[in-house]
Amino acid sequence: MNKLSMTGKCMKNDIDIDITIPSHTRYLRMIGTIGEKVAQEIDCPEAIRETLPSQLAVVLTEGLVNAIKHAKSAAPDEEIHVRINVSNKNLVVRIYDNGIGFDLDAIPAPCFTSSGLEEKGRGIFILKSLMDTVKYTRANGGNVLVMEKKLA
Amino acid sequence: MDIKTEHTEGITVLFIREDRLDANNSEELKVELHRLFDTGTKDLILDLKEILFIDSSGLGVLVSGYKNASTVHGSLKLSNLQSQVRSMFELTRLHRVFDIFTTVDDALQSYN
Repeated sequence: MNKLSMTGKCMKNDIDIDITIPSHTRYLRMIGTIGEKVAQEIDCPEAIRETLPSQLAVVLTEGLVNAIKHAKSAAPDEEIHVRINVSNKNLVVRIYDNGIGFDLDAIPAPCFTSSGLEEKGRGIFILKSLMDTVKYTRANGGNVLVMEKKLA
Repeated sequence: MDIKTEHTEGITVLFIREDRLDANNSEELKVELHRLFDTGTKDLILDLKEILFIDSSGLGVLVSGYKNASTVHGSLKLSNLQSQVRSMFELTRLHRVFDIFTTVDDALQSYN
């Protein structure tokens, strides 16, 4: 059964949001919109603030798709847990999945020339480009994708 | 997926009437592009005016279409990229691969 729940508390750059979301791409629009709205509330330098809403929408979308597709969750009714934490120093997104996982470092950067063009392989590259650090490790019997961006 | 198709002097123009091209809907466009190039379409313009958000899956489908076009010695050109879409093209260097035009008319004129 699909279940959607969200709890959160929001103060000036003290944001901690937990979202539990069904493992399905139909929720990409929702998670992206949440990312945009959260980013609009973050107090940070103008240069970051301008691009952060669309970047966070992309990061959450790519992270969720990664959890749905590439982590190969065992059951179709699997849930994915997303946590967004914002402090004055940084923004941290954690996306938990119960799949078998993969080796983040084994995924090569995409080829940029038209002759070696591949359809797939840009998701992790995009995450690494938009965030300062991206890690994928085992956690709580599953995996967690941890992505951090400095805000100051 | 809501797609409007027009034919102008041998060029097929697809207007993607969606505000997103992501992992939830891009497969439909991939199938349609493959079908078109597989059934005689050579030159195609994709108008992305209404797309406000694209992810790596959406970009991948455009690359798939680009490769379909190359296979039949045709072309796939793009028009009307909105700011988020353009940023994603620049981030992934795909703006160096695709012929990108400001308007559909500009893209059509490039075939003359």
